Amino acid sequence: MAGTILLEVATPERLMLKEAVIEVEVPGADGELGILPEHAPLLSELGAGLLRYTVQGQNPRCVCVSGGWVEVGPDSVRVLASTAELADAIDVKRAQDALQRANQRLVNPTGDVDIARALNSLKRAQARIEASKFLTGK
Amino acid sequence: MPSLIDLRRRVRSIRNTQQITKAMKMVSAARLRRAQDRVINSRPYSRMFASILANVAAAVANDEVAAAHPLLAVREEKRIQLILVTADRGLAGAYNSNLIRAAEQFAADHASQQVEFELVGRKGRDYFGRRNTKISGELVGVSQTASLTEAQALVGKLMQRFTDTEIDSVYILYNEFKSVLTQRVTLKQILPLSVASGDGQAARDYIYEQPPAQLLGSLLPRYVLLQVLEAFLENTAAEHAARMTAMDAATSNASDVMNKLTLYINRVRQASITREIIEVVSGAAAQG
Repeated sequence: MAGTILLEVATPERLMLKEAVIEVEVPGADGELGILPEHAPLLSELGAGLLRYTVQGQNPRCVCVSGGWVEVGPDSVRVLASTAELADAIDVKRAQDALQRANQRLVNPTGDVDIARALNSLKRAQARIEASKFLTGK
Repeated sequence: MPSLIDLRRRVRSIRNTQQITKAMKMVSAARLRRAQDRVINSRPYSRMFASILANVAAAVANDEVAAAHPLLAVREEKRIQLILVTADRGLAGAYNSNLIRAAEQFAADHASQQVEFELVGRKGRDYFGRRNTKISGELVGVSQTASLTEAQALVGKLMQRFTDTEIDSVYILYNEFKSVLTQRVTLKQILPLSVASGDGQAARDYIYEQPPAQLLGSLLPRYVLLQVLEAFLENTAAEHAARMTAMDAATSNASDVMNKLTLYINRVRQASITREIIEVVSGAAAQG
């Protein structure tokens, strides 16, 4: 089908989303990927962030994803995420707490702080907060 | 001949047992449905993952750096790790004993090598904990949840040990959920990984955002995890299915025994009535 892409978002627990969309923005590990129909096949690692997608004639929606891979085919986008949350399922308070904790850990690392892990949770928390803003902003 | 009172007591006790087994059967049926849903829900991810992995594996087929990935290293099998996944509870027919027997068989087959057990589930731990087996770790209470984090902890440890060359191969032994009536004991090799690179079907010509070798490096550990998780989920579903079948059989057995006993009770009662009548009649005849 020209004009739409089949977007599938799956986590190990379940298939989160399966929808025909006209545009997807995926947070790749090395930067955002904007995908329109008839995109060349592409494989990338997935970063933590917001996956925005637009269904024909509707406002864009978003899912908060982190960790995994994304496979782009000519008429499909498959996202394999370690975690995925719909924007309205996000606990903003928890995300803000996590953000603060991660920040603290990065600003004054005490002893055996795993920098990579802290950075990761920082990114995840930011993505969550952004997602909730996205939802309330609309 | 047991007295009527004793017989009636037995029937009552069997009826109580039957009520319990019936309740357990229904609980298992509900849990089975939930476990089955989880197995089904996890399938899309596994399927997509397998297709990506096959593509990447095909892309790096001639790449020496990728082939040297520590999780792919094939060594001579001297120290073998066996993950034995059993249930936490019994009363599931031959479910646990089949697994344990298969594990013993496995150990006997590899008697010349050193086999270490990683025991998941209380039943396996109780059995092998009392014997002279080398146990590298145990995990209890998983069959209820079978969650990703628990699998992750276990797999992390195993991969670490494998890359440190403490162990040369890892197998997992669990019950595969074939249908509600059949479970099959399944042995799967987990490490070293053997990646089937897109059999026959030509790999798509992808644009790789990251070099394929790096992608493979991040895909492989996840692949190991998925396999273990799948085993956990299948095992949970199989456990509830086995328990349901076993409890169903127990319930109908109880009915059978009860029917037989009731028949016997009636016969005994009738025999005593007949005897009394004979006594009365013959007494009257003697007087007359």
